[in-house]
Amino acid sequence: MSPNRPATDLTGDVPADGRAAPVAQDGPDTRGGDAGGRAPGYAPGRTLPLRVEFVRQLRRRRTMGMFGVLLALPWVLVVAFQFGPAGQGQSSLRLSDLATAGGLNFAAFALSVSANFLLVVAVALFCGDTVASEANWSSLRYLLAAPVPRDRLLRQKLVVALTYSAAAVTVLPLMALLAGTLAFGWNDITVPGTGEVIPAADVLPKFAVVIGYALVSQLVVASVAFLLSVGTDSPLGAVGGAVGLVIVSTILQAVEALGSLREFLPTFWNTAWLDALAPEPDYSGMVKGVAVSVTYSVILVALAFRRFRRRDVVS
Amino acid sequence: MAFPGGRRALAIVVSLVILMAAGVTWALWPSDPVVKDRDLVIPVMDGPSDDQRVDLDATFYPPASGGRAPAVLLAHGFGGSKESVREQAGRLAGQGYAVLTWSARGFGRSTGQIALNSPDYEVKDVRGLIDWLARRPEVRLDAPGDPRVGIAGGSYGGAIALMTAAYDSRVDAIVPQITWYDLADALFPDASGKGPVNGVFKKMWAGIFFTSAADRLAPGGGSGAGGLAGLAGAAAQPPGGSGGREAGQGARQGAGQAGPATPGPDQVRCGRFLPQICEMYQKVAETGRATQDAVDLLRRSSPVSVPGRIKVPTLLLQGQHDSLFPLSHADANARAIAATGAPVEVAWFNGGHDGGDGEADWLSGRTTGWFDRYLKGTGSPTGDGGSAAFTVTRDGGRDPGTRRPVLLHATGDRYPGLTGGERTTVALDGPQQPIANPAGGSPASISAVPGLGGLLGGTGGGSIALDMPGQAAVFESAPLAKPTQVTGSPTITIRVYGTGEATLFAKLYDVSGGALPVLPSSLVAPLRVTASEAGTPVTVTLPAIDRRFDAGHRMRLVVSTTDLGYATPAAPAVYRVALDTPALELPGDAALRTPATGPAWWTWALPLVAIVAAAVLLLTGRARRGTHAGDAPDAESAGVPLVISGLGKRYRNGEKAVDDLSFRVEKGQVLGLLGPNGAGKTTTMRMLMGLIHPDEGEIRIFGHRVRPGAPVLSRLGSFVEGPGFLPHLSGRANLELYWQATGRPPQDAHMEEALEIAGLGVALERAVRTYSQGMRQRLAIAQAMLGLPDLLVLDEPTNGLDPPQIAEMRRVLRAYAERGRTVIVSSHLLAEVEQTCSHVVVMHRGRLVSAGPVGDLLGTAAAVNGGGPRLEDVFLDLIGESR
Repeated sequence: MSPNRPATDLTGDVPADGRAAPVAQDGPDTRGGDAGGRAPGYAPGRTLPLRVEFVRQLRRRRTMGMFGVLLALPWVLVVAFQFGPAGQGQSSLRLSDLATAGGLNFAAFALSVSANFLLVVAVALFCGDTVASEANWSSLRYLLAAPVPRDRLLRQKLVVALTYSAAAVTVLPLMALLAGTLAFGWNDITVPGTGEVIPAADVLPKFAVVIGYALVSQLVVASVAFLLSVGTDSPLGAVGGAVGLVIVSTILQAVEALGSLREFLPTFWNTAWLDALAPEPDYSGMVKGVAVSVTYSVILVALAFRRFRRRDVVS
Repeated sequence: MAFPGGRRALAIVVSLVILMAAGVTWALWPSDPVVKDRDLVIPVMDGPSDDQRVDLDATFYPPASGGRAPAVLLAHGFGGSKESVREQAGRLAGQGYAVLTWSARGFGRSTGQIALNSPDYEVKDVRGLIDWLARRPEVRLDAPGDPRVGIAGGSYGGAIALMTAAYDSRVDAIVPQITWYDLADALFPDASGKGPVNGVFKKMWAGIFFTSAADRLAPGGGSGAGGLAGLAGAAAQPPGGSGGREAGQGARQGAGQAGPATPGPDQVRCGRFLPQICEMYQKVAETGRATQDAVDLLRRSSPVSVPGRIKVPTLLLQGQHDSLFPLSHADANARAIAATGAPVEVAWFNGGHDGGDGEADWLSGRTTGWFDRYLKGTGSPTGDGGSAAFTVTRDGGRDPGTRRPVLLHATGDRYPGLTGGERTTVALDGPQQPIANPAGGSPASISAVPGLGGLLGGTGGGSIALDMPGQAAVFESAPLAKPTQVTGSPTITIRVYGTGEATLFAKLYDVSGGALPVLPSSLVAPLRVTASEAGTPVTVTLPAIDRRFDAGHRMRLVVSTTDLGYATPAAPAVYRVALDTPALELPGDAALRTPATGPAWWTWALPLVAIVAAAVLLLTGRARRGTHAGDAPDAESAGVPLVISGLGKRYRNGEKAVDDLSFRVEKGQVLGLLGPNGAGKTTTMRMLMGLIHPDEGEIRIFGHRVRPGAPVLSRLGSFVEGPGFLPHLSGRANLELYWQATGRPPQDAHMEEALEIAGLGVALERAVRTYSQGMRQRLAIAQAMLGLPDLLVLDEPTNGLDPPQIAEMRRVLRAYAERGRTVIVSSHLLAEVEQTCSHVVVMHRGRLVSAGPVGDLLGTAAAVNGGGPRLEDVFLDLIGESR
């Protein structure tokens, strides 16, 4: 024991964010023996680079399958609309009836029909599968023994899972925009309900807001799935648990007797993005939605980290 | 081994579900119905000479607070009965009022005939009820025989509140809702201001109004009439839906009592109406014109006939979606009552006979607030439900969560009337246009269709307004430069050219670029004017509305010859309509203020709280771990690959998996970790890898304490409890990605040497999921050897290998140790350890049984049966099993 040595330099507890790593890594190796207690070239802050985790996840069938579905769905919808009885004559102002009014309308429609379930499943899949499947494959213990510090492993996995989720949420409306524009033309958007027309150029930035909001509103699903993923080695359990929670929340949302309590349900504000497409956009609902979403996800993610730190990995 | 994690996840889900269920239960838990009501029959005398006895079916709700309390009479709407107001009565009684509800004469189980709130009949009935209240021990008295009493009610019930207040000075406050000032004017409106005799017959509403109480169908078949009757009742007593049903029941009950099973001719003709009123209605409905007699009769039942006699505090709640009793009636009532000096407040809410939200809770709050103030004298002016001289319910957009409309209440300190606090002018434009009255008056333009709004459950925002081509003249403004809020009745002067008497309908649309034009509240202003070739100028008072015309929208005045809801002449005719002046006068009330609706406080607070909570969660998690002392590297053992001292780990059930384990491994050793299944070998190895936290003791690798993720683990290569690979990747990709995940330089991996040990050949490029058990095993050992770690830990490495591979593995391991590295091999195969290892540690039930060189261990055992000592024998000795 050498009490005069700075303990921080020697502790194995390098914070996951890697900020402390350069100190340990660049400092002269004053300790006797071999490479200061670590293999040459090893630095906690360099373990499990994002690129590696991306590749590890990318070649999975469920990743490719999910993106395949998300990219194909708009085209399936386009075909479905082409087959539908043409020219019903009545100009209804529902979102679904306006879908063929133009690319932007179509994209809004595609987002609205998929946000409630398809995107939830996609996000739950990417975030719920990430740790649980490693546990399931037993590869988690080898990563941890490599060693990838636990906080860092979670952080890297979370970043990659969220990136895939974001890609899923983004790719669908963008593909829908492309498909809709090719199929129905680049027209101004017709607002559901009122039938007002907003120029396409004005609405395009709002569309970015819509996609951004859709992303944020899926954060709760992502963090629930992630928390469950950390606690189990059954990937489907984590994904199913997150989806199940969304379903329960959606059901509760329909119970009007709950009154304003429903505002704090994680799915309550999921459709608030429709307000951004109104002629006079009202962002208050989206702000509330962001607040609720961020609140839940921050706590859930913190819980996930806390659990994983203390957990005995026995899978 | 999958259980603990799964169970915990399950626990989270279950507890969340329980939490939510608890929330639902809490929200749905019914509050105790403390109010005990009592049904009774109150006989009263009425008629012009007070000689007709009527039995009123009533219900008395004693005040929940006990003692003597102010009384409230709750009147029902047309076609309803005392049951229609049961809910509201219960609520008021709960708030400390003695409440009396009754079925008006001719309705429900009450006897008598409908006299339309006549001073001779219904008003005298209510005076009788007040007499009855004055005798109740629960009712507070202002003077003997004079109870403290207020009256509230909607539509028909609102009118009786006004009429009783005019005829009985004992009434202390009233809250009439969606009711009339002049019934004649309501049924025969004329927007040119020439009065009901010149008015246009509102035939659809009048028909519904009169037939709803007629009950002309046989008992049991009365639901049709009752359902229709409910329209008036439903709108008057939101929440709707139930109102219609109750009305139907009431009608049936009434029929059952009032007459024989087969109704007579008079009954099918007049139902329960007083014959005199029935006659009047039949006459005017046939001709479509009001006679002076009819007007006089209807006005007897209207506040217009009692100027200056309603002197009590009055809260007038009128619906914005009401083509039967539009806002102008509340305006007239307000002016008449305010002229006496009595306090008056006016609210235009989102509701009325044409539907809309109804705002039942808000109306109830305002009503209670009014009575609290003027009957109890307690409620503060800004108390429950708010209070303001003028309140207008406005559209607050849609609730983002429910997608349902949000209502805001704009308030002002002063009621400006329909002419508004200030006026703006918008210029209309349009040429003189010919319009035709179709023969027979059909097809007709459509504005408000009585009952339809209620049936659709509409928000009132959507309109189905329709104009027939050739029947409507259109005058339009330029797009508005700025938003214009109209609160009140716009006026415009038009000229009608032609001959004869023209029935016209004027309406003001809100026209935006892409959408359908919106007719605010679906209201039209009917007028009758005598056309002349020179053009008769007529100033039209358009329906009172509260609407914001957005910038860029246009205002469109349409003058049409027909409307579905009104009687129009059958004779074909053509008129020409032009603007007399282009100026459309628009009243507004800038003093109306909508309460600020900034984001709720929690919008900002919640995320901040969450971040703090998250920080606490993470920091406390860290602190507990950081309390361990002795994390500094131990210089003395820095050269020793592994020192385990006092190591202990409990299973969750408290049983010790590893108990006070201590041993030491020196450089160059091949150590065998020997023990039967369940001896704690794997648990020890997991602690060695930092996968599980020891309960006591410590492990040091090259002097550094092992913790989860300790950097010293980078000098450890491990293969424990089977391989762990990504099944969708090839063997090579798995090893390469694993090495990249360690973040160490590629040249340190010694990939080729490792792959040689794996000996997979071309299979290396196949996905791991296609591998056999032995192939995975070899790949996993190769992975453990990546980077040639100083300490190699292998758990049952020869499982699944064939004999040649086992032999090769022994050779590899011995060679590995000869290079100055250290190998730890766990096994339950004694021969394996004997042949591979230089040293051995024997474990049993989590404890160390023996440790030392294999040779020493063998030396302690005596030769058996002439042969050399076998490790098996030694081992069985050690763990205390008999041979």
